Amino acid sequence: MASVAFVLIAALAVGSALGLVLKRNAIHGALFLVVNLASVAALYLMLGAEFLAAAQVIVYAGAIMVLFVFAIMVLIPGKEETGPDPRRPWRLVAVPVGALLGVQLLVVVRALRGGAPAGAQPVPGSVEALARLLFTQYLFPFELTSVLLLAAMVGVLLLARRRT
Amino acid sequence: MTALADLGIAFGRVAFVMLFVLNLGGLLGWVERKQSAIMQDRIGANRASILGFRVLGLFHPIADAIKLLTKEDFRPARADRFLFGLAPFVSVFFGLVAFASIPFGDTLRVAGREIPLQAVTLNVGVLYVFAMLSLGVYGVMMAGWSSANNYALLGGQRAAALMISAEIAIGASIIGVVMIYGSLDLQEIVRAQGELLWGWLPAWGIVTQLPAFVIFLTAGIAATKRVPFDTPEGESEIIGYFVEYSGMKAGMFMMADFLETVVIAGLTTSLFLGGWQVPYLTAEGFRFPWGWAWALPHLAVALLQVGAFVVKVCAMIFFMMLVRWTLPRFRYDQAMRLGWLGLFPLSILNIVVTGLVLLLWKP
Repeated sequence: MASVAFVLIAALAVGSALGLVLKRNAIHGALFLVVNLASVAALYLMLGAEFLAAAQVIVYAGAIMVLFVFAIMVLIPGKEETGPDPRRPWRLVAVPVGALLGVQLLVVVRALRGGAPAGAQPVPGSVEALARLLFTQYLFPFELTSVLLLAAMVGVLLLARRRT
Repeated sequence: MTALADLGIAFGRVAFVMLFVLNLGGLLGWVERKQSAIMQDRIGANRASILGFRVLGLFHPIADAIKLLTKEDFRPARADRFLFGLAPFVSVFFGLVAFASIPFGDTLRVAGREIPLQAVTLNVGVLYVFAMLSLGVYGVMMAGWSSANNYALLGGQRAAALMISAEIAIGASIIGVVMIYGSLDLQEIVRAQGELLWGWLPAWGIVTQLPAFVIFLTAGIAATKRVPFDTPEGESEIIGYFVEYSGMKAGMFMMADFLETVVIAGLTTSLFLGGWQVPYLTAEGFRFPWGWAWALPHLAVALLQVGAFVVKVCAMIFFMMLVRWTLPRFRYDQAMRLGWLGLFPLSILNIVVTGLVLLLWKP
């Protein structure tokens, strides 16, 4: 039962990722990315990480991607108005980058072939357990991230300030 | 046998929530007409009759459905075929599934079984409802974009902007409630609201978190995209994201707004109005603070609690309809300013004050 669901969700994730890359229409691509994020959230849910799944859907699919789609709707013209891509030669960069990512993926998969490493313990997906880790062991990166976000927020306020 | 019974129970829980939300949503079209008529001293819809019976115009939703289903299903020539067809389904889908983790009763004990009275038990139930509500806006945005109509596109963009500003306020106002009751599980939050403050006052969210209640309800009404926050529709200016839709697809967008109204009412009830709690009703029966007690069997208690939940949800919907027929529409920039400069800072302030109070008064 669980493996059938996993195969279905994984197929959805891979298919939507392919759709994101292959679709010419930017809106279609963005909507495929939403499907992809949601199916990854479903995978989190299957692993028992309910909070992570909810956060993934709310933050990525529900907020960030809404802004993406919004921006594309406003800024990207219809397909009859877009000419040939002026930066077409740059696409060749994708080959070495993709190869590098593929090698990394291979290394990770080979390392995890025999199941999870011996020292690893399953962390309960509850909010309490996550918060305890976040505010003790990983407090420094957590605070660093919030400083980063604060800096971005101040920057936005500066740019969007009402000029009187 | 037990596996079959378990399956039946799971099916029943889902079916109850599904039918409750669907039927209430369908009935809201009638409620809206009749309530506005009463408020404006009119009679309201009363013409639809079957064999001369009119029963307060209750046949009008059926007549509406027949009319919408038999109308021409029009699609603009330049529309994006797939997304245009998909958009209303996305809207209705997320409106329907959002109610799943809202509890409509306490755990029911029948024949040695413990049945949690909610469709899905999730330990992050609040976040689930919130996530489903935030995904619903994709249907509207897809409709606005795929219609190949500038007014529809404007409506879709307004909906996206309104949804984000409303969501921020909803999310931030919920945090105060979560801090007080110490859980993200809606069932736990409702249970915690059964306690009594000073021995007589039910610790409902509206008592402990009054500012959050006002912020949440305002932002919640904005999330349903209905008057006074109906800028995405803007009937008198841009007609809105569903301007190119006809027949049942346009009906589905209307339906989605009603479903979201039901969901917001259900969430407000669970977070702020004690959910299925009846004041002074414990698992054994009534126990009043002035010493009276009235023992009740388990089934009666459960029925009373489910009934209380339904009554509270209907009362919330009634209130939201009152607002809808009382206030004029906000201009687009006014709605944005209210969300970002009014509700959002207020909800942050509420979190800070709640944190301080909890720190000082609770060990």
